Amino acid sequence: MTFPIDTEHFRALFDPRGVVVAGASAHPGKFGFVALHNILSCGFAGAVFATNLEGGSVLGVETVRSIADIPDGVADLVVVCTPAAANLELLKGCAARGIRAAFVTSAGYADAGPDGVRAQEELVAVAAELGILVAGPNGQGLVSTPSSLCAQMVGPYPSRGKIGLASQSGNLVSAFMNLATQTGVGVSRAVSAGNAAMTSVADFLEFYGSDPETAVGLAYVEGVADGRAFFDRMRRVAREKPVVIVKGGATAGGQRAAASHTGALATDDRVFDGACRQAGVTRAASFEEAFDAAASFATQPLPRGPNTAVVTTAGGWGVVTADAIARSDLRLAPLPDDLRAAIDQKLPPRWSRSNPLDMAGAETRDTIPEVLALTAAHPEIDAIVYLGLGIQSNEAHLMKSGRFYPDHGLERIVAYHERQDTRFAEAAAAISDETGKPVLTASELAVAAPGNPGPVTVRATGRYCYPSAERAVRALEHMWRYARHQQRRQS
Amino acid sequence: MAGAFSTLSEADSKALVAAHGIPVPREHLASTPADAARAADELGYPVVVKLCGDAIAHKTERGLVRLGITSAADVESAASELLAAASPEDGDVQVLVAPMLRGTRELIAGLNHDPQFGMTVMLGIGGILAESIADVTFRLVPIDRVDAEEMIDDLAAQTLLGPFRGEPAVDRERVMDVLVGLSRAAEADPSIVSVDLNPLIVVDGVPIAVDALVEVALVEVQR
Repeated sequence: MTFPIDTEHFRALFDPRGVVVAGASAHPGKFGFVALHNILSCGFAGAVFATNLEGGSVLGVETVRSIADIPDGVADLVVVCTPAAANLELLKGCAARGIRAAFVTSAGYADAGPDGVRAQEELVAVAAELGILVAGPNGQGLVSTPSSLCAQMVGPYPSRGKIGLASQSGNLVSAFMNLATQTGVGVSRAVSAGNAAMTSVADFLEFYGSDPETAVGLAYVEGVADGRAFFDRMRRVAREKPVVIVKGGATAGGQRAAASHTGALATDDRVFDGACRQAGVTRAASFEEAFDAAASFATQPLPRGPNTAVVTTAGGWGVVTADAIARSDLRLAPLPDDLRAAIDQKLPPRWSRSNPLDMAGAETRDTIPEVLALTAAHPEIDAIVYLGLGIQSNEAHLMKSGRFYPDHGLERIVAYHERQDTRFAEAAAAISDETGKPVLTASELAVAAPGNPGPVTVRATGRYCYPSAERAVRALEHMWRYARHQQRRQS
Repeated sequence: MAGAFSTLSEADSKALVAAHGIPVPREHLASTPADAARAADELGYPVVVKLCGDAIAHKTERGLVRLGITSAADVESAASELLAAASPEDGDVQVLVAPMLRGTRELIAGLNHDPQFGMTVMLGIGGILAESIADVTFRLVPIDRVDAEEMIDDLAAQTLLGPFRGEPAVDRERVMDVLVGLSRAAEADPSIVSVDLNPLIVVDGVPIAVDALVEVALVEVQR
């Protein structure tokens, strides 16, 4: 950042009272059309204005020929879709109208040779003098669900959630939002930093640190200009809330690609890794792992310790999960005697009587919610991974689509199975809320049969249905590492 | 970073890190073969004799380290050979006489300057396979004891740190002393460009820097 940008500038960017699309176009293939379209059709509640050199109506908005024709003090944000050459005059006009933030989509800056670099420096200098925050240029836009604002050139527009996204690559923002949409976890704010002329990924993450709409920052970076300053800032943010980073250019091959993409400097990846651990930043090894970690921070309470119980109706998955826990910083908690005795009251003797708590098909109507509740309430258990959700509804699906339905009692049993999976998912979320402990539900049905009432209900409770037990364990491990980092540094 | 670097002699390097609590062997500098033999008698055998000077960085490659010497006569002849092997570029030289420490396990630790992150503390598994194993971890200066303990946890070869081949477990507190000491050295002396403690031999669980090389900037470096 190059001038004192405060939270009010970010408010203007993410929660503007009104928005101007500069360079609105009637051609549906142009950015100036798409930006206006997405703002209007995703339900932005504030005033929307548009400029066009020739005037006329676009998508029902009467455009004005000059920014000077916009009323004073009603718009806070301008989405700039005009050519680079027009933008300095535009910003001056915006400042005169009280606009405090600009998302510049225009290319032709540092992405376009030495002349472009100079143009970008000039853009930043002029904007700083005018007191306007510039995001971009050469970025694909921003999303802010609390304001129903979709000021971007691409899909999707995700549901409202608690993940704040920032990225050095626009399509990684879209990719994370695609997962947020598919899983129902949702997003608070999202922005592609573009050329990051004035505001970088670190600036956005810092804002998310103070943003009550955001519970976790999630970022894709390829390199940082000043690693030490980045580290100091991320350490401050991570004290307030989790930050998840996935870094491109971790290998020599990736570093060459990053150098040509964003000009990122190569640094020893192990140094970056150590800096993240020291700062309490969650570094994910892959895109999916980054999303899983962020989705967990956004939807689960932090574990207070590593002691994990696996509650399962699927024996094999229980074993695989025990392996995954053994390979992690988590601990497969020894089953406390009093908990075993309490569960003995609920199940016949063929259940596993150890952790993983495998029901072994002995469960009846109320067993799963009861076992989840007893386990979560136990002081020696810090977290639960719950497996086997949706199995009943999966069978119900076969019954429903078979030729005997609804006769032979099938209608009744199908309804029962589906009701049970719904109950189980609701119980997992409610028990987590009551105990303040994470309860992670994992099932491949989340991906294989997303309409199954099990995963559907997990989403409805605002939780994330992990696509595999291993991914749930990895995400829980990231949560525990973050919690442990805080604990060790508080004493 | 700008400016020219120079290296400190092994003895000066060890004095620098020892001042920050890093264990080094009890050892003596000798200017003559006879002094070297007297030093060895005092230390007890076996001993190591090494050529020592400000400009000598790659002792082993140049054959300037003699290990496992068991008598005063052998110390004298080794010291003579080493002093004679010095070239004019080596400048003023002496021999360093040190007890021959034995331990199955070796660690490496040091300070390095990263172009983006500045000064870093490093810890790794040492020994002849160290480079190919590449079991190392970094933190940014300054670190505290919690960071140091987490660095130890980062190493993949945790079984090497436990009781091993009849030797006791590596004393993690002493490893933390080394790492925090390195961090303090970097903070106390901004002219330090790098420190290489290679190896730290683990003797009765305690890591001891049997070799040390400190690089310093001749003019204040920009960080």
